Amino acid sequence: MTTKLIVDCSTGVTTEVELTAEEIAEREAMAAEYAVQKAQEDAEVAAKAAAKASAEAKLAALGLSADEIAAL
Amino acid sequence: MATYTLISSVIVGSGGAANIEFTSIPATYTDLLLKVSPRISSTNGTVYVDYNSSTSNQSWNRLYNSSGSVGADTGSRQYITAVTSDYTANTFGSTEIYIPNYASSNNKSSLVDTVQENNSSTNLQALVANLWSNSAAITAIRIVPFSGTFVQYSTAYLYGISNA
Repeated sequence: MTTKLIVDCSTGVTTEVELTAEEIAEREAMAAEYAVQKAQEDAEVAAKAAAKASAEAKLAALGLSADEIAAL
Repeated sequence: MATYTLISSVIVGSGGAANIEFTSIPATYTDLLLKVSPRISSTNGTVYVDYNSSTSNQSWNRLYNSSGSVGADTGSRQYITAVTSDYTANTFGSTEIYIPNYASSNNKSSLVDTVQENNSSTNLQALVANLWSNSAAITAIRIVPFSGTFVQYSTAYLYGISNA
C-alpha cells in the first residue's frame, strides 16, 4: 500500500497514512501521462539512433573510414 | 536581522513515501523556506509543489541548464526536481523553495533553486519562479513526485523566517 508522510507543524509529529481515493486517482493519471511521455522519449531516442546508424552506413558506402566518420 | 527557525522536518523511512505534506503551518513568520533533498524511484525527476492541497491556479517561469543545454520556458504546475533512479546511487537533489509573505492576501510567488546531483554530465539545474494565484494564507505544503515515490533518506526541512 502506498502511503504519504504528514508532518503536523503544530505538534511536530509525523504520521504515515494511506493515500486518499482522490490522491490514488491523481497518481494513476500521472502514471498514465508519464507512460505516454516516456514512450515518446524512447521513440525519439530510437529514431535518432537509427538515423545516425543509417547516415554512418551511407558514409561508409561512399568510402569514408570509421575514423573519418567519427571525425565529422 | 532575519531569524531562521526550524518549524518541522522529515526523513523518509525504508518504505518510501508517495508524497510529503507539511500541515498546520503557523502564520507567525514573515517568510517560509523549504529545503528538500529528494530522490525518487522513477526516471522522471519532476516533483510538484502544491499549497493548501490546491493543484489549480499555478504557473512557473524558469531558466535551466539540462546537461549543458540551456534555455528558458514556462509551465502550469509548480515544481522542483529530484534525483532519479537512473542517477548515481545514493545521491540526492538539492532544492530550496523560498516563499515570501506566505500568510498575506496577495498571490504567492516563490523562488526555487533546484539541482540534481549525478556523477555524470547528465543533470539538471534550474531557477524557477513559481506562482500560486490565490489570496489564501499558506497553511500546508505538499510535494508529490510526478512519477514514483520518494526513497529512503530523502529529507525535507521547513523553516520560518522572521524579519524582527
